[in-house]
Amino acid sequence: MAKETSDQTLTSNDQSRDKKQIAIEILKKYGIVFVLILMVIGISFLSPRFLTPNNIFNVLTQSAIFGIMALGMTLIITSKGIDLSVGSVLALTGVVAASLGQTAMANNKYFEGLAEMPLIVPVIAALALGAFLGSINGGLIAYTGIPPFIATLGMMTVARGFALIYTGGSPISNLTSSFTSLGGNIGVFPIPVIIYAVAVAITWVLLNNTRFGKNVYAIGGNVKAAEVSGVNVKKNLIMIYAYGGMLAGVAAIVFAGRVGSVHPGAATGYELTAIAATTIGGTSHAGGIGTIWGAVVGALVLGVLRNGLTLLGVDAYWQQIVEGMIIIVAVIIDMRKNAKKK
Amino acid sequence: MIPFPILHQVIMYEMGWSKVTEKPNVLEMKNIVKNFPGVQALKNAELTVRDGEIHALMGENGAGKSTLMKCLIGIHPQTSGEIYFNGNLIENYSTADTLKMGISMIHQELNPVENRPIMENIWLGREPKNRFGLVDHQKMYEMSKEVLEIIDLKEDPRTEMRHLTVAKMQMIEIAKAISYNAKLIIMDEPTSALTSREVDQLFGIMRKLKENGKSIIYISHKLDEIFAIADRVTVLRDGEYVGTEETENLTVEKMINMMVGRDVTDLFPKVTCEIGDVKLEVKNLTGEKLFSNVSFDVRKGEILGVAGLVGAGRTEVIEAIFGIRSKTEGEVWIDGQQVEINSSEDAIRNGMALLTEDRRMNGIFPMLNVLQNMSISNMKKYVGKFNLVNHNDMKEDCTRYIDALSVRTPSMYQRIENLSGGNQQKVLVARWLLTEPEILFLDEPTRGIDVGAKAEIHKLITNLAGQGKTIVMISSELPEVMGMSDRIMVMHEGRVTGIIDNRKDLTQAEIMRYATGAMDEKTA
Repeated sequence: MAKETSDQTLTSNDQSRDKKQIAIEILKKYGIVFVLILMVIGISFLSPRFLTPNNIFNVLTQSAIFGIMALGMTLIITSKGIDLSVGSVLALTGVVAASLGQTAMANNKYFEGLAEMPLIVPVIAALALGAFLGSINGGLIAYTGIPPFIATLGMMTVARGFALIYTGGSPISNLTSSFTSLGGNIGVFPIPVIIYAVAVAITWVLLNNTRFGKNVYAIGGNVKAAEVSGVNVKKNLIMIYAYGGMLAGVAAIVFAGRVGSVHPGAATGYELTAIAATTIGGTSHAGGIGTIWGAVVGALVLGVLRNGLTLLGVDAYWQQIVEGMIIIVAVIIDMRKNAKKK
Repeated sequence: MIPFPILHQVIMYEMGWSKVTEKPNVLEMKNIVKNFPGVQALKNAELTVRDGEIHALMGENGAGKSTLMKCLIGIHPQTSGEIYFNGNLIENYSTADTLKMGISMIHQELNPVENRPIMENIWLGREPKNRFGLVDHQKMYEMSKEVLEIIDLKEDPRTEMRHLTVAKMQMIEIAKAISYNAKLIIMDEPTSALTSREVDQLFGIMRKLKENGKSIIYISHKLDEIFAIADRVTVLRDGEYVGTEETENLTVEKMINMMVGRDVTDLFPKVTCEIGDVKLEVKNLTGEKLFSNVSFDVRKGEILGVAGLVGAGRTEVIEAIFGIRSKTEGEVWIDGQQVEINSSEDAIRNGMALLTEDRRMNGIFPMLNVLQNMSISNMKKYVGKFNLVNHNDMKEDCTRYIDALSVRTPSMYQRIENLSGGNQQKVLVARWLLTEPEILFLDEPTRGIDVGAKAEIHKLITNLAGQGKTIVMISSELPEVMGMSDRIMVMHEGRVTGIIDNRKDLTQAEIMRYATGAMDEKTA
């Protein structure tokens, strides 16, 4: 009651202060967007090459792979989990997809005598395998109760091992032209960016407009309350991690299309980039808080940063240091934002 | 035991050297104002605590009691106003400083370091050191023993905290306050998780502290406790000072009136309503160790009160019926049909609802907003075309229930953790009402809720029964059980010891006899 009355007095007595408060609120909520805009403005002043359409698409294409993984990571972290395995899952699904997507006459053909497969075959294989590996993560977490960190740490190592066994340690290349065309453009739009955009749209709807999405927030917000409230926590956990794994499969397809081959050691450390993008985007590791637009902005911040620093001729080693500091600062700001208002 | 300056003062009075007739004030808080961005939490709060008195601080949730205490101990310094401690103006201090000054607060939610022993919890951050600068465990042990003796707690200081009951953890907190040589101890709803025997024990310790010249600020919602223990009462309402009274000059009605600013005519608006057929039947329900052979039935329009001491297994029985706790044996029948319920989903499908005992633990989603909190159990009904959620229906329902239950929130997008306890509870009640349940399990529905909201929730329960809903209500407050129920089921150590018709001449003592397992008249 006290709250309401004083709110009213504030609006009537001191409108400018109220506006200031709203401005602060917006700045708090969308702070990372302003950071992105400032970065874009800053870098474009320093390097005229930055704001060319070519380079912008370049940034988007470079961000697409970890950007796609960050979408799944957003669901996972919002549910108060983490997935360390997506990099390895990308590698394993990538080599499997590549082995099914080689040209008929490829050197070092994985399946000898296998005819050239339509693109849909490796794509389905990668997505299905990714979802399967993810569901194992989710099942372990749901049914044994081991922490997500441990379950996915195990999967990270296991999936990498399988990728190495599957390939014998050598890359799989000579992909079909339809496969490598995924690295190309439709009109002016790079296909990886289109795939990323579609993944963003689907995940957005999934998180905001489905029962599953509501359950993700509930599980992350208070898993015990979710259990009492009619949320099937185990089933939803499996679905969350399966979705994250499936998106790693999507990222693998984009990766294979762009690079033209997949190495079993590919995408090492990508899981951490995806976690970083998610975190910069304001998804809270305490659970219950996370947005898809945040994940996109987070990925773009990292993408713009890497691209910009390269354009400015900053040493690659120094780039890492800047990136690390950005992540920490982002989380500090975020924690202040989410600090309990009393 | 008594620090010298206090002893000195006490002697002064005893010998009549002081010209003041009343004991001096250990604490004076004057014209305290506290503004938070957009909210004025305290407008003009006052509090004066005398030396060696137990002073109750009362008010509805959101009245500003906690904020006032947070101003006092330096968590949120006041915007304006003055605080005098031992006659000296104190300002610009941290929580650590208040401890040194002799002010100690025992918070409602205890935060013990569970995997460390009692003694390390007591001396956390000020461990005694030996001459090498290392922690002197022997000395710590002896010092802890000394403090524990003061409060008559027979626990080995080396016991890990997690082995203790909530009541004992609270005692440890008190021991800690004593170890700081606190002059003023603040207790924020210390009894909300205690059994009545533990409450008596706590009161014993409080009286002993008082005799030793300590002052206690006691925050509680339970009026009977205030009358039992407090010397004086200060009431706050909407962040403002209402008044301070000697407890002996107060009546329940007067106190409620001060708190809510209006007369709460009927705390238990129980009306007899038509009781229909048997709705729910539970037969021989048994769960591992916690309860066995529990059988009862409830009818449409009936309120079955469930009484018992903490640990009697009441919550566990309800959780087992609701499918979120495993049972080894037993059947649940609804409308004469046996049902299989193995999850909360099953329970909801069968028209059940469960308002849990511990709002924070398994009720609210703290960082989610009111809308999300209210709609989660009813999501199935909002899913429309292409399996997408229809937000408009959801918001409509939410608005309707905010209105119907008069939930006080700036908007449905407010995080639920920013609401007062009573309003959080209303949101949770709405969550379940949205699922249109036939059977409602209410576990301590008014715990930690202020008097005004309490009466509202009681009224709501009565209305629901009036609509023919079946209600099972667990409550540790006997007046509530007796005021609301048609029948009362009493449990003791996992067994049903009695199911009693609620009569006019039923006494609390009779229920207690069943609750303590002493059913025969001789021990009464």
